[in-house]
Amino acid sequence: MFNNVQRWFCVLTLCAVAAPAWALLPIQHWQTKNGARVYFVETRNLPMLDVSVDFPAGSAYDTREKSGVAALTQSLLKLGAGGLSEDEISRRMADAGAQFGGRVDSDRSGMSLRTLSSPDEMKQSLDILARMLQRPEFPATVLEREKKRIIDAIREADTKPETRASRNFSELAYGNHPYGLRGVGEAATVARVTRDDLVAFYRRYYTADQAVVAIIGDLARPAAEALAEQLTAELPRSASAPTISPVPSLAKAEMRVIAHPASQSHLLMGMPGIKRDDPDYFPLFVGNYILGGGGFTSRITEEVRSKRGLAYSAYSYFAPMQERGPFVIGLQTRKDQAGAALAVVRATLKDFLDQGPTADELLRARQNLVGGFPLRIDSNRKILDYLAVIGFYHLPLSYLEDFVPSVEKVTLADIRAAFARRVDPARMVTVVIGPDAATLAAAAVK
Amino acid sequence: MLLKFIGHALHAGVCALAATALLSSTAHAQTSEYKLANGLRVIVKEDHRAPTVVSMVWYKAGSIDEVNGSTGVAHVLEHMMFKGTKQVPVGEFSKRIAAAGGRDNAFTSRDATGYHQQLHKSQLPLAFELEADRMANLVLSPEEFTKEIRVVMEERRLRTDDRANALVFEQMMATAFIAHPYRAPTVGWMSDLESMTWHDARDWYDRWYAPNNATIVVAGDVNPKEVFALADKYFGAIKMKVLPERKPQDEPAQRGIRRITVKAPAEQPSLMMGYRAPILRDVENDWEPYALEMLAGVLDGHDAARLNSALVRSEKIANAVGTYYDSTQRGPGMFMVSGVPSAGRTVAELEQALRRELAKIVTDGISNDELKRVKAQVVSSQVFQRDSIYYQAQQIGSLEIAGYPHQTMDTMISKLRQVTPEQVQAVAKKYLIDDSLTVAVLDPQPLDAAKPAAPAEARHVQ
Repeated sequence: MFNNVQRWFCVLTLCAVAAPAWALLPIQHWQTKNGARVYFVETRNLPMLDVSVDFPAGSAYDTREKSGVAALTQSLLKLGAGGLSEDEISRRMADAGAQFGGRVDSDRSGMSLRTLSSPDEMKQSLDILARMLQRPEFPATVLEREKKRIIDAIREADTKPETRASRNFSELAYGNHPYGLRGVGEAATVARVTRDDLVAFYRRYYTADQAVVAIIGDLARPAAEALAEQLTAELPRSASAPTISPVPSLAKAEMRVIAHPASQSHLLMGMPGIKRDDPDYFPLFVGNYILGGGGFTSRITEEVRSKRGLAYSAYSYFAPMQERGPFVIGLQTRKDQAGAALAVVRATLKDFLDQGPTADELLRARQNLVGGFPLRIDSNRKILDYLAVIGFYHLPLSYLEDFVPSVEKVTLADIRAAFARRVDPARMVTVVIGPDAATLAAAAVK
Repeated sequence: MLLKFIGHALHAGVCALAATALLSSTAHAQTSEYKLANGLRVIVKEDHRAPTVVSMVWYKAGSIDEVNGSTGVAHVLEHMMFKGTKQVPVGEFSKRIAAAGGRDNAFTSRDATGYHQQLHKSQLPLAFELEADRMANLVLSPEEFTKEIRVVMEERRLRTDDRANALVFEQMMATAFIAHPYRAPTVGWMSDLESMTWHDARDWYDRWYAPNNATIVVAGDVNPKEVFALADKYFGAIKMKVLPERKPQDEPAQRGIRRITVKAPAEQPSLMMGYRAPILRDVENDWEPYALEMLAGVLDGHDAARLNSALVRSEKIANAVGTYYDSTQRGPGMFMVSGVPSAGRTVAELEQALRRELAKIVTDGISNDELKRVKAQVVSSQVFQRDSIYYQAQQIGSLEIAGYPHQTMDTMISKLRQVTPEQVQAVAKKYLIDDSLTVAVLDPQPLDAAKPAAPAEARHVQ
């Protein structure tokens, strides 16, 4: 049997350097008649198909008044569409053995489908997906019920220390920028949302020319083309591409300490980081592997957990977005150890910024990220996610081929310079949920 | 480790209860099996789609094998397995795997402890070399133990002590089981962690870490014969041990309903109901466990399944509902339903509504269409799971450890597809009865009134 995935890998491992741009992952790309961008990989190993359709319709397009509209809009797509009730939709999906998923983040909202590629099952599940994307009904009674459920869930989440930590972090790091909004909304703002809000949001942001369709699986190109048309042909075109305002930089460091009865304190520190297309992306990606992204091989885990037993989980990451997503360092530790853990993290970060990584650390990072590249694309699901990201963020079709050379190119000087540009403790926010301020201050002095 | 308590994680969130376990088992074409002279079993699942491999070493030693006073030791030892050998100093295991481009992790469940690496296929020898080394040569130092036991306590705080629904689940199991070790949490009681020493971990390692108590599962782009040769090369010299006798610790029959209330900081109450239920013993001849799997699917196998459709969507009495049943495990089974009442509704009302839905099946049965719908997902998930070699290895390992040869998976799937509506009704009638029911209720407490910490922690001295 013709084996696509295997062939791509042979190309990678045998002649990666000489490989032409299309060789690694033969991504086929085209636009539908009304402008949706399609990214398709044909692979016939398994009799199944994965599809996702995303729009620039994330929570960054919410207003502060009615935060939560983006998430509600997305979640109601599958609760009544094209003349089918929510239960009819669920039953038909189940009958086809299909799995539907959805996602909402600050930038994107979308739906995904995993279905068998046998004709009857595929036809039935694609028909439902097409209705959900193009003819959602937003039934008023369903909306009222979902609002109540979401408000209850928000109230529950708000009792948790991890929620309080992330909410306070977002407030401090993003202020009035929409990246500071909570995707699911607030209890008060969700209560205000009306059906008209959802309809208006859907009309504005779920448009054909902004849609990104990713497809991988047991399908020939003509069928993939027909599928992409079926999912987007009824969508309108937008008057203009939606935009997100730039994230302002922080003027100074700020710290919030809030008491909470949980046994552990939750600590977050960080600041707005980078955009998805930032030229510093790879130096920061490789550098962060060394600082706090590489699990047991990272400095933060070594210092906080392995050497001192202060936490189960301690990490750092960049979340590059359309505009500057956050750089975050986080951990949880028994309440009376929060001061000690904070001191360790600060010292670890300072040392990393001052001295940069060692040559040995860079070598090991490179070995992992290069040697581990095949693990990033060894399933249809993982490739689908890359297709969706490449499409949404307008990354080059050669992004996956470029990945290894981009990592290999990074030098010690690149990492130091990139971190110096992007991470500044003097303008970093710190949130500690757990101890009160006096207890934390006393612990830090010790 | 970012370890997963398999059983634990499934139960911890009320809303996240998976419908069934068997419904998500995997197809198993192209598996090969080999047994070393020292008793180590090796199972290889070929999947040549990508040049990657997942290697797992499963030890038949989970919290089910623990005794009172040292609960949590299986999991603590899992942490200590990363603390080095004479050949491979502390912290080096993960570093070497990482430098080979790999990812590694481990997990402890009620039934087993597992260690796994995902790598380019060319690096499989490294995984075997390192795993063989720590199967026989672990160095357990008091210094590393003293640091790591604190990490485990932080893990317990994070995953259980500060999570209301995890506390409910923990106390529910401790109520539903009196004699059987499933009563204790896999992470261990805090007091046992506080009094644990490196000797306890050493004893555990000496007792259970032996080739004749382990199964290796390798899935990916490999040749079985080469994998078997590698296994001989690296694990062949490890001596087998006389394994301790495993006492059955059978749970006595439950003699009436049990009810508990758990107070914890939260906003919403929640409800968990667990019925004692059989598990699969005879793959060919048992039918009840298959029918219970389908019952779980009919109740909660998709968004329009009975519980969600009736209680969340239509009556709006619940914000979330869930069903959980695992027919394939080492210890006694439990059929669980759970839910979170919507604002203004009580757990008592929700319990009545759940009981009414269960009673409907007992009295009226289910339709053929409903059952067909659940079976459609059995069929499709067989295909979908083949997209992940990690998942395939996980399935083979967990079934093997629980005593089900991986070759019987086809039989299990075919038996599931043969279940009739009458059988589903029959198991509902037989097992969803009050005398074997445990009900646990979360009584949410306001944050400011909550005690700052459990007394056990206050006593803990660094």
